[in-house]
Amino acid sequence: MAEYIVEKTKENLVYSKTPVLKDNVMHYCPGCSHGTIHKLIAEVIEEMGVQDKTIGVSPVGCSVFAYNYLHIDWIQAAHGRAAAVATAAHRLYPEKLVFTYQGDGDLAAIGTAESIHVCNRGESIAVFYVNNAIYGMTGGQMSPNTLIGMKTATCPYGRDPQLHGYPYKVANFVCQLPGVCYVTRQSVHTPAAVRKAKKAIRKALENSLAGKGLSFVEFVATCNSGWKMSPVQANKWMEENLVPEYPLGDIKDE
Amino acid sequence: MGEVKLMKGNEVIAEAAIRCGADGYFGYPITPQSEVMETLMERKPWETTGMVVVQAESEVSSINMVYGGAACGKRVMTSSSSPGISLMCEGLTYLAGAELPCVVVNVTRGGPGLGTIQPAQSDYNQAVKGGGHGDYKIIVLAPASVQEMHDFVFDAFDLAFKYRNPVMILSDGVIGQMMEKVELAEQRPRWTDEEIVKMHSSWACTGKTADREGNIITSLELDPYAQEQFNYKIFEKYARCEQEDVRFEEYMCDDADYLIVAFGSSARICKETIAIARANGHKVGLIRPITLWPFPSKKIAEVAQKTKGVLVAELNMGQMVDDVRLAVNGAVPVEHYGRTGGAVYTPDQVYDALKNKIIK
Repeated sequence: MAEYIVEKTKENLVYSKTPVLKDNVMHYCPGCSHGTIHKLIAEVIEEMGVQDKTIGVSPVGCSVFAYNYLHIDWIQAAHGRAAAVATAAHRLYPEKLVFTYQGDGDLAAIGTAESIHVCNRGESIAVFYVNNAIYGMTGGQMSPNTLIGMKTATCPYGRDPQLHGYPYKVANFVCQLPGVCYVTRQSVHTPAAVRKAKKAIRKALENSLAGKGLSFVEFVATCNSGWKMSPVQANKWMEENLVPEYPLGDIKDE
Repeated sequence: MGEVKLMKGNEVIAEAAIRCGADGYFGYPITPQSEVMETLMERKPWETTGMVVVQAESEVSSINMVYGGAACGKRVMTSSSSPGISLMCEGLTYLAGAELPCVVVNVTRGGPGLGTIQPAQSDYNQAVKGGGHGDYKIIVLAPASVQEMHDFVFDAFDLAFKYRNPVMILSDGVIGQMMEKVELAEQRPRWTDEEIVKMHSSWACTGKTADREGNIITSLELDPYAQEQFNYKIFEKYARCEQEDVRFEEYMCDDADYLIVAFGSSARICKETIAIARANGHKVGLIRPITLWPFPSKKIAEVAQKTKGVLVAELNMGQMVDDVRLAVNGAVPVEHYGRTGGAVYTPDQVYDALKNKIIK
């Protein structure tokens, strides 16, 4: 990977990134939501002063490499199994802060059993769930969350409920479980949304440390490459199509 | 002498896990090994040693909990039986690929498929070849008594951390369900978190402190040449294991004209066969591989070449016999005798097979 070195001088330093975010150049496509969400989690970890007690669990999918960007201890889980991995880390180190970071293929398809049962056991961890309604890493296939009519590599004529079923709203499902204390749906496509999303991340991590139960933060996100759009078009398409199906805001806060 | 009790093999796995200072057990019920988790839940070790016990929603989940616990530098284990172990094979290859230590107990039952709940040794190939995808090995210990069920939990954790690799205790429904006298070891303390940091913070997820970089537990590699180097590295580790940790029992081999090779419960049956054979004037000896991987190939070759033939008796259609044939390399005839699907042979049946196939 090429190295890009930005010279830091007093004159050009108007913003400095959190040291919890590494200097590695991200592999994400320009316009992807992952980079912003990573940065927000890193900033909250720094602000809470919990870098030395945080264990992240990364999924299989584009964000498998989350471990290259956040300067904490990481466990990379098998596809869909992050919740099981996090359960053990949390039970064995109850005083540490454990979170999973998963996409919709990982959490809502192959990891359904693990993801539901971690909620049902009420493990005091945070689940960061990035929903872009598509499989990004494997090249844009249909996910459980793909919208009706939306075209992907495995539903090239658009998702047909007769063939493929319906978009799967995990957040509306897990909010019914007593072990879950906080369920919210956020996005990072505008500065205002970014600020709200950061507050949600902070609340989720604070809940975890306080032993309140499981906090589930969904990010309705873009995959402009998978959607075959420019970053600007993707943000607009997300607002007009994905957000109505997956409405933003708190679903549960106890 | 330690405390002596009459216990079931499965109960002893649980008792040994607590006494060796294990940090966590993650399991899912399946016959014929459900007593392992039942015993743990009854003993409530979280109130005494601090050991965590979790009933997972599936074997897929329990092996991934083991992965998470092992990634934290903790001593963790699971147990299951054949169909459950098949579900765990994905986890086993990830554990080997991420170089994580753990203990997995397989109280084998008859297969294929859902099969039966009676004892079998038909998971031999799955165990010694690793079970999952990719180039890797797991260390496999085969107990033949309730005492060894106890002792091998201690040994398995030592080996798992010596090589940072999964270790399987390949038992079966006979050893898991039968009751025998067992001498229990003294309670050992669990490692404290400070001790874990001291011993394992070079690789384990103990929390990134200012004095070190973040640790990353992963088996992912994008560069095939880097993956190749990694595979060479773990196979150097496996070569060392083959040098240092092969274990077997040699029984009446000094004067043997014929050799039986058998492991686990089958080896106990074959000791009776040897008594019958010797009473009938046939000098028969036994080698019982204790580590099924690394396999005692050298010992088997050395003993076999002094005999007129080898019978491999196993509760399957012929699995370990392949490894024995590779070891003996044609020096003397090697034949297989087995029963399968949960059926168990008697000492007389093995004796008949010995006469028909080897002594002639």
